[in-house]
Amino acid sequence: MIRLNTGMTDDSTSVDLGFAALADPVRRAIIARLSRGPATVNEIAEPFEISLQAISKHIQVLEHAGLVTRTREAQRRPVHLNPDALERLTAWIDGYRLTHEQRFRRLDAVLGAPSAAPSTDQERS
Amino acid sequence: MSNSLHLDIPAGVPWIDFTREFDAPVAAVFEAHRDPEKVKQWLGPNGYVMDIDAWDFTTGGAYRYTHRTDHGDFGFRGVFHTIRDNEFALQTFEFDGAPDEVALEFMWFEDLGDGRTRLRGRSIGRSVEGRDAMVESGMEVGMAQGYERLEALVAQAA
Repeated sequence: MIRLNTGMTDDSTSVDLGFAALADPVRRAIIARLSRGPATVNEIAEPFEISLQAISKHIQVLEHAGLVTRTREAQRRPVHLNPDALERLTAWIDGYRLTHEQRFRRLDAVLGAPSAAPSTDQERS
Repeated sequence: MSNSLHLDIPAGVPWIDFTREFDAPVAAVFEAHRDPEKVKQWLGPNGYVMDIDAWDFTTGGAYRYTHRTDHGDFGFRGVFHTIRDNEFALQTFEFDGAPDEVALEFMWFEDLGDGRTRLRGRSIGRSVEGRDAMVESGMEVGMAQGYERLEALVAQAA
């Protein structure tokens, strides 16, 4: 997967929305529930002691962030997890880590190359 | 021998902490930060050119550099507020793509003896949003390098 970004565009917006959406414990619990399979708003609301209306609001936030989608199946409108969107959030963290891992591995190489680190010997003597 | 990078990016705070150890004496690790010719070899993204316009790693010095990549140039600049040889560096850091989101970067060079060094750092952004944007700019470079480099990385680690 190679994503070529020319700047902070749609991608960063969706990441912002994604993390903002996950900043709430109720919404994280909803995501956890949906990771086991799609569910209706009523099913999602069941374990929570908050109103159906509040749950609907949380689902809207998750929907807006692209983390979940709603399909129409007869009278039911089950909520589905969007694994791609979650993966993007993970990639966001991993990408930062990857950049730094690579940087420090290069620094290892610079430090390991005898000609590249003459001060090493000076220091030892 | 595995010198893994420890990153701590807590939610809701404007800083990032990292710790990394090196199989090299503290003077060598410090020198790799001080000498722009060495910096060029490791600070830029893999396989791309890093142009350094200025790099004066002394108290009151300044730096400016550009990573030239297939998907654009990324410029960075800042000043070295305090540099203590083989011990400590405090600098500012600004990505041209996010003007005024200046971060303060602290680095501690710790002598572990036996020719080993621990590098400890904290980067503090202006705001949580600014920090997140900074992390994200890292992602853009990192992700663009793709799985090809990730594979190389994994192969190296094995």
